[in-house]
Amino acid sequence: MTSASFTPGRVARLSILGLGALVFLAPYIFMVSTAGKAQSDIFTSSLSLIPQQWFYVQNFAKALSRVSMGRLLMNGVVVCALILVFQVVIAIPCAYAMAKLKFRAARALMVLVMLGLLVPIHATALPLYVAFDRAGALNSYVALVAPFTISVFGIFLFLQFFRAMPDDLIHAARLDGMSEPGIIARVIVPNAWPAVTAFSIFSVVAHWNDLYWPLIVVSNQAYATPPLGLLYFRAAEAGDDYGALMAATLIITFPLVAAFLLAQKRFVEGITMTGLKG
Amino acid sequence: MADLAAPSTGLAGTVPRAGTPEQREARIAWLLAAPALLLVLVFIILPVAAVIGLGFTDFELGYADFRFVGLENYAELFDDRTFQRSLWNTAVYAGIVTPVSIFMALGLAMLIEAEGIGRSFFRTAYFLPVASLLVAMATVWQYLFHPSIGPINAMLATFGIPGPNWLGASSTVLYSLSIIGVWQSVGFNLVLFLAGLTAIPRELYAAAEVDGAKSGWDRFRLVTWPMLGPTTLFVTTISIINSVKVFETVKTLTEGGPNKASEVLLFTIYQEGFVYLRVGYASAMTVVFLAILVVLMFLQYRVQDRQVHYS
Repeated sequence: MTSASFTPGRVARLSILGLGALVFLAPYIFMVSTAGKAQSDIFTSSLSLIPQQWFYVQNFAKALSRVSMGRLLMNGVVVCALILVFQVVIAIPCAYAMAKLKFRAARALMVLVMLGLLVPIHATALPLYVAFDRAGALNSYVALVAPFTISVFGIFLFLQFFRAMPDDLIHAARLDGMSEPGIIARVIVPNAWPAVTAFSIFSVVAHWNDLYWPLIVVSNQAYATPPLGLLYFRAAEAGDDYGALMAATLIITFPLVAAFLLAQKRFVEGITMTGLKG
Repeated sequence: MADLAAPSTGLAGTVPRAGTPEQREARIAWLLAAPALLLVLVFIILPVAAVIGLGFTDFELGYADFRFVGLENYAELFDDRTFQRSLWNTAVYAGIVTPVSIFMALGLAMLIEAEGIGRSFFRTAYFLPVASLLVAMATVWQYLFHPSIGPINAMLATFGIPGPNWLGASSTVLYSLSIIGVWQSVGFNLVLFLAGLTAIPRELYAAAEVDGAKSGWDRFRLVTWPMLGPTTLFVTTISIINSVKVFETVKTLTEGGPNKASEVLLFTIYQEGFVYLRVGYASAMTVVFLAILVVLMFLQYRVQDRQVHYS
């Protein structure tokens, strides 16, 4: 099948795949094209991809002036990084204890984890919002990060991975006089790197894109994450200024897409692994 | 295990060293699991209990006192036209997005698997929407769908077809959102199917051929489809759950409109709870939402138990 001969079947296959890919990439093509068009250009010729007048600078300037994009991206990075660090630091010891140590609560914990897997933020958002409101903690990084410091999915994923690790590795480390936290830091984590990478990609993609929770707890541009910031920008941008809107969209989409293109093998592995284990 | 004589430092150092090695091990395990356990209780178990409890009250944010109203909220839900509309719309959306994105992904995965060249290019192209900010890409789709200046209608016009008002008309808005939903989720399913396809041993196809499975369809029916069973089940469950959770595109593009034609479950909960601040009533809706998720997971387990495992 990999020979260079182009049978009719193969031509058909490649055409379907190519056409499909074109359709799937079309939004990106139009985004990049429209971000460089002047208002008049957008209204008259929507099908020509090359802008008649080069309007990128003006549109980007407009996008950057209405909402501070740097701030948004920074908030996104801070929030995702904090969430990820807490999730990993809290989930790994718990998963290790459940996988490799004997204690009576392990089964009850497993039930809690399985139940927790069922519950998305949308289900807990109301009481959490009331609680953060009472505590006067709305509009803060704490409100954005705290509910996600625990990832039962992370515990579940690491648990699967740790169970497959040989016990001898841990026994040897104990004989060498290592403490349990030492074993986690110097034996378990280095050997669990694929699981940590996969989980990190999953977590960052999920929280970079999340709109629901930030929309609820943040009402102030200072703490807006990228999706929320784009909503503000849309609200501030009256009417159909699609040039500026596409420029803003381009800026906001770029970081994660670039990360994906640079490390796509890891991304796909990560999503496959987290997907199949979940 | 008996020679666990290692001097423990750090966490374990804070507790008395008495007891058998087993007791020490259990104590250390407790300490390691404690932060996670505490956070699960605070951020998952308690809030869920609170949602169920609040669903029986008339609590509204901003009012100090509230009272217990029994099943009144649920009775109101039963008559609430918006809520029913919202449940129906969510079902229609899931009913379109789930099968279309699964079969499209399966077909594309098999084409990519059979093709020698361009594998990673195609995978990247179809997967890109998964890694893109949905709120941002929804904005792009809004432009593509624009009735007068949008490229889609411009393209239709060159063929002499008058394009619909995609997101602006109540008859088409749900379908337009479904198109975005399919576009966004195919890549995820595709990658999972590709992993499933690569795991099928080549010999099975050869064996099927020896047994008389001559056509491609026979091979698909006898080998590919049954072997992909567990993957398909998982992809189906996660696709349904994700489409029941549709929110971003609705909030960004339609706000449930026009005329509640794109009112979906999470958007309705969001409006009631966080815009109108009727926390009690929205909690009852959330309980319905959770019940749907529980039923879906339960169905998955049931099917999984019955499924023959080939691996």
